[in-house]
Amino acid sequence: MNWTWFHRLGSPPHVYRLARTLTPWFAWPAALLIIAGLYGGLVLAPPDYQQGDGFRMIYVHVPMAILSIMIYTIMGVAAGVGLIWRMKVAHAVAASCAPIGASITVAALATGSLWGRPMWGTYWAWDPRLTSELLLLFLYLGYMGLRSAFDDLQRADRASALLAVVGLVDVPIVHFSVVWWNSLHQGSSLLRLGGPTIYTAAMLVPLLMMIFGFMLYFAAILLMRLRGEVLRRERTASWVKEALAT
Amino acid sequence: MNTTTAVLSSRADIPSALDVAGLALMRDLRLAFRKRDEIAQPLAFFAVVMTLFPLAITPELSRLREIAPGVLWVAALLAALLALEHLFRDDARDGTLEQYALSGRSLTWLLYAKTAAHWILTGLPLALVAPFAGMALGAPAHALGGIVITLAIGTFALSLIGAISAALTLGTRRGGMLLSLLTLPLAVPILIFGAQATDLAMRARSFAAPLELLAAFAVLGVTLAPLAAAAAVRISLE
Repeated sequence: MNWTWFHRLGSPPHVYRLARTLTPWFAWPAALLIIAGLYGGLVLAPPDYQQGDGFRMIYVHVPMAILSIMIYTIMGVAAGVGLIWRMKVAHAVAASCAPIGASITVAALATGSLWGRPMWGTYWAWDPRLTSELLLLFLYLGYMGLRSAFDDLQRADRASALLAVVGLVDVPIVHFSVVWWNSLHQGSSLLRLGGPTIYTAAMLVPLLMMIFGFMLYFAAILLMRLRGEVLRRERTASWVKEALAT
Repeated sequence: MNTTTAVLSSRADIPSALDVAGLALMRDLRLAFRKRDEIAQPLAFFAVVMTLFPLAITPELSRLREIAPGVLWVAALLAALLALEHLFRDDARDGTLEQYALSGRSLTWLLYAKTAAHWILTGLPLALVAPFAGMALGAPAHALGGIVITLAIGTFALSLIGAISAALTLGTRRGGMLLSLLTLPLAVPILIFGAQATDLAMRARSFAAPLELLAAFAVLGVTLAPLAAAAAVRISLE
């Protein structure tokens, strides 16, 4: 098997150009899917028989909740790759993931609390999923705090990468220990034994469109941040002048 | 036969990783017993925090009893967390840690010994003092054994996890706040299972299940945390 494509990912100029080329390929499908998903979810889908129109929060809340975990996983894996193979670009990916992940986690918490108000009668409940989402936010903040505590970029990279990998091992344990602690949140509607609880396609299809739309949106934002991060790290390199001139 | 003894005797000249770890453990204990107030400080902090709760909430024992497991655990976690800052700091400052890393000996074992010493000096005394604090909060006499066991295992797990964050924050300028921010989210399982076990013990019910989960978490810490801490110390020393 030819691994050249993988080794080329270690080169900042190559990654910078690749990210610039790929960004629109993620951004436009993301915009189309999110607009279509919003229309399908807010206009076409019928109200839920139990939750009425309130259930429509699912179209933003669920993609945010899925992404908040997904981004942490991507961050941890990228950090691990950077730690093991000493790949500068992987550290740049991990560093770019953290602020996006933290904002998405805040969005998941905010939409969840807005959804909780009409459904549970309270903005905040000490429910396992809410609590573990909040803990995830603390992990993101800790990661970013550790990064900013170092003056030297390489040490910041390696120390925060180790923390991200440790977090990757601990996150499932924290999640399940919190689940066994107390529960009020409704179970998952999509991934469960016996098929999804959302039966009508008019409800399900927009949700899937929103989930994939936001995933593509994250990819586009990540590529943009990655470009900024690579430029900042390579600001003294000569290729930067050429790349910015064109 | 002769070759085996020859191999054994040649190995006896070079101390094994375990022997070295034992020496490091004894060194840390001896140093700590020469500066005894450092052992007493976490205990005093724990006692002060415990005193704040009745003052802030209510002096009624019946109401204090309900929150006692949580109060005990939060106070113990905070006291153990404050002590974590000293785990590597002094040795990093005078260069001992660097010598450990350069010694060619397993840094993982050496750090495991340091962490164990730290637990013997902070976590274990906390666990032994906790029954008195528990009684002051209205814990029944039959729960005291459970309080000691759960706190002993819980603080051990916390020392192991905290060793990673303590090593990571070694190279930073303002370690204390960051150390708490890094450690506490990772230590949530300890708090949950520990407080649950203590609560069950106070209700005179079997607390084996949460205690076993707590112990499982401690075992995971024993196996993985010193490896991560060693990697973190190497990064800090770079």
